[in-house]
Amino acid sequence: MAPLSYYLILSAMLFTIGVWGVLRNRNALIIFMSIELMLNAVNITLMAFSSFLKDFSGQVFVFLVMAIAAAEVAVGLAIIVSIFRVKESINVDDVNLMKW
Amino acid sequence: MANVIFYILAVIALTSALMVVTRKNAVTSAVYLIVTMCAIAGLFVQLGAVFIAALQIIIYAGAIMVLFLFVIMLLNLRKDEFGFDTRVFQRLFAGLLGIVLLVQLIMVVSRLPVVAGQPVDTEMGRVAPLATKFFTQYLYPFEIISVLLLAAIIGAVVIAKKKMGK
Repeated sequence: MAPLSYYLILSAMLFTIGVWGVLRNRNALIIFMSIELMLNAVNITLMAFSSFLKDFSGQVFVFLVMAIAAAEVAVGLAIIVSIFRVKESINVDDVNLMKW
Repeated sequence: MANVIFYILAVIALTSALMVVTRKNAVTSAVYLIVTMCAIAGLFVQLGAVFIAALQIIIYAGAIMVLFLFVIMLLNLRKDEFGFDTRVFQRLFAGLLGIVLLVQLIMVVSRLPVVAGQPVDTEMGRVAPLATKFFTQYLYPFEIISVLLLAAIIGAVVIAKKKMGK
């Protein structure tokens, strides 16, 4: 397989794309997808270290991250649906009552 | 040969990830995210973790993305819902911060000692050692995850349900 640093740099790039997506987009759904992208980038790092160190703990962490991502998406999408009922919009700039 | 497969999967993952954040339509983004997930599953196979790769496709590309698409359909968005921040300054600043973060991360990676590629270890794909880890060393996290998932299910239902009497 490819050297360890290749996986880490790929992971860094995917994470940056995810951060960029969160900063750039106003659509709450696309922001959520960018967060999924970041979680996946971290998963690549964990899996690469797990594989190169021959330790199963990395795979355990990837498993836990997947379970947390599923929980996060379920709650997050429920929040988006409930915001949409009130505001008729999922633009995050419309949800600014808590902003100072 | 292994490097060629890595490059192909990495290019697929990166281009579709870029498409996820730059498309205006949320459905297009979701479909490109599925492509990214599948490419990442391919990388996991290349690292020898066949079981986690299967989970990646079943949970991420299957369950989570179906949930996303279902909510997109449910929300019935207007055309003007789609789109980015119209303020040019904020978009430029987002790009600048992204580049700074990427440079920082690559500097961190470049400080690590160089580890050459190894032949794929088929031992990493076995389920039994993973399960042993789960039920011995990581028993408490495993149990807490089940409680967390239950709390998330109940929380999602409570948050998303219509308020009675309104």
